[in-house]
Amino acid sequence: MAENTTDAPLLDVRGVTLQYRTSERIVTATHRVSFQVFPSDRFVLLGPSGCGKSSLLKAVAGYMEPVEGEFHLRGRRIHEPGPDRMMVFQEFDQLLPWKTVTENVLFPLLATRRLARKPARERALHYIHKVGLAQFADAYPHTLSGGMKQRVAIARGMAMEPEILLMDEPFAALDALTRRTMQDELLRLWDDTKFTVLFVTHSINEAIRVGNRILLLSPHPGQVRAEMDSLPRDGADAEAQSRLESRIHDLLFA
Amino acid sequence: MTRPRITILHDVVAFTDAHAVERPIPALERLWNRGWLRKIVIITTMALIWQGYTSYLDNDLLFPTFAATIQALIDNIRSGVLPMRAWASIKVLLGGYALGVALATILSVAAITTRLGNDILETLTSMLNPLPAIALLPLALLWFGLGSGSLIFVLVHSVLWVVALNMHAGFLGVSPTQRMVGRNYGLRGFRYVAAILIPAAFPSILTGLKVGWAFAWRTLIAAELVFGVASGAGGLGWFIVENKNQLEIPNVFAGLLTVILIGLAVENLVFRQIERRTVRRWGMQA
Repeated sequence: MAENTTDAPLLDVRGVTLQYRTSERIVTATHRVSFQVFPSDRFVLLGPSGCGKSSLLKAVAGYMEPVEGEFHLRGRRIHEPGPDRMMVFQEFDQLLPWKTVTENVLFPLLATRRLARKPARERALHYIHKVGLAQFADAYPHTLSGGMKQRVAIARGMAMEPEILLMDEPFAALDALTRRTMQDELLRLWDDTKFTVLFVTHSINEAIRVGNRILLLSPHPGQVRAEMDSLPRDGADAEAQSRLESRIHDLLFA
Repeated sequence: MTRPRITILHDVVAFTDAHAVERPIPALERLWNRGWLRKIVIITTMALIWQGYTSYLDNDLLFPTFAATIQALIDNIRSGVLPMRAWASIKVLLGGYALGVALATILSVAAITTRLGNDILETLTSMLNPLPAIALLPLALLWFGLGSGSLIFVLVHSVLWVVALNMHAGFLGVSPTQRMVGRNYGLRGFRYVAAILIPAAFPSILTGLKVGWAFAWRTLIAAELVFGVASGAGGLGWFIVENKNQLEIPNVFAGLLTVILIGLAVENLVFRQIERRTVRRWGMQA
C-alpha cells in the first residue's frame, strides 16, 4: 500500500533459505525467500502445507537460524527469540495453565522487566478488556473455550506492544463461526492501534479478509510465487473477492 | 432461484418445575458418592473383623485385639513416647528427603539443559534405581557410623532416583509450544527452568515427590528396624523392635498403626492439598 512504502521496512527478509536436519536427510523448507513488511502492515504468508510458511515465521521469531540469507528487524539482525516479536501460536496450550488470564498477559511484561507491577497490571487489564474478556480476568485457561484462549494469547501479544506481532495460523483450530468472529475482532483491534502483524495461514479466504498484503508461497521447497495487495476492506464486493480467490488458487496450484 | 424453506417452531416445551433443567440427587446417594465416607465404612468393617477374630483367638502375644491396640496407642501417645519417636523419625526423614529432592532437581535440570547431563542421569538412574536402599545400609554404617548420617544416606538414595526420573520425564514432556512461549519472553537458564519448565512439568514432579516420599518412609522404618538408636533417640522402627523384644505386642501394633497413620496423613493431607491447589486448579490433572 502506498501509505506504507514511504517508510523504511520494519522487517526485511533477504534471500532466506531454511533447512531442517534430521538424522537421515536435510529438508529444505524455504529457498531464497525475500519480502519486506512495513509498519502497520497486515502481512500474510499464504500457501499450502509444505511451503515453509510456518518455518519462516519461526525463523522471524528467532527459533531457527537460516542457512542462507538474513532477517532484519528495524535494521538489527535477528538471531534469537525476543519479546519485540511476540508470537501467537495455533495451539491452545500456548497459555500457561498455572496462570490466570491476567497473570498470563502480565507475565511477559514482568518477566522482561518492561513495566513495573502496577502499570503492567493496568496495561494487562486494558488489553484483556479490549479482547472482551474482562469478566474472565481471573479464570484459569482450562476453563476457557478455544476462541477465548486465542483471544487471551492475542491480548498477551498486544500488551507487550511488540515491534511486530507474529501469528501462526492462530484461528486454524477454531470452528468456522468462531474463526469468522475472531478475524473481525483482529481487524477491529488493528483499527484501534494499527499494530504490525505477520500472519500465517493456509486459507485463501482468511488471507484476503485479514491481510492488506499477501505473499504467496509455493511448496517443496517454499519459494515466493507472487506478492499482492489484498482487497480494500470495505467496498469489496463478493464478486471481486471470489475473483481474487480463484486467481490466488490458480497461482498456487497451477 | 428458489428460497430455502425455513420453518420456525414456536411451541418449544417450557421447562417449569415439572421438567426441571436441574434436579438434585437424593441425599443418601449423594452421601455414598463421597469417597471418604466409603473408605471409612471399609476401615470400620476391617476393624470389626479384626476385633471379632482376635477376641475369638484370645492371645494377646500373637495378635492383640483392635481395642487393645488402640488402648496401647492412646497410652503411648499420652506418655509422650510415641510422639517423641515419631518426631525422631520424621526429623531424619525430612532431612534426607529435602536433600534427595534438591539433588534430584540439580541432576534433572542438568539433564534437560546439557547432553552430558542427560547421559549422566540416564546412566546413574538405570544403575542405581534398582538397588534397594536397605542394601546400602551396611556400607552406610561403615562410612557414617551408627547415627542419623547413615539414615540420611540411605534416604537420599531412596528418594533421589525416583524423583529425578519423574522430574526429567516431566521436563521432557513439556509442550514445545510452552517452551517456545518461554523463550519468546527472552527467558533463559535458571529463570526459564523456574518460570516455565518446573510449573509445566509439575504433575510429573508431584508424582515423583509422592513416590519418593513413600519410598523414603518405608526405607527409614526398615533401616530403623535394623539399627534404631541414633544418639539415644530412636525412631518408630526402633520403637517396634524394642517392644517386640519386651513382648509388648499391643505396643508393636500401636507402632505399626502409627507408621500407617503418618503415611496416610502425609498422602491425604499434605499431597492432596498440594494437588488441589496446583495441578487440579490449573486443570493439568483431572
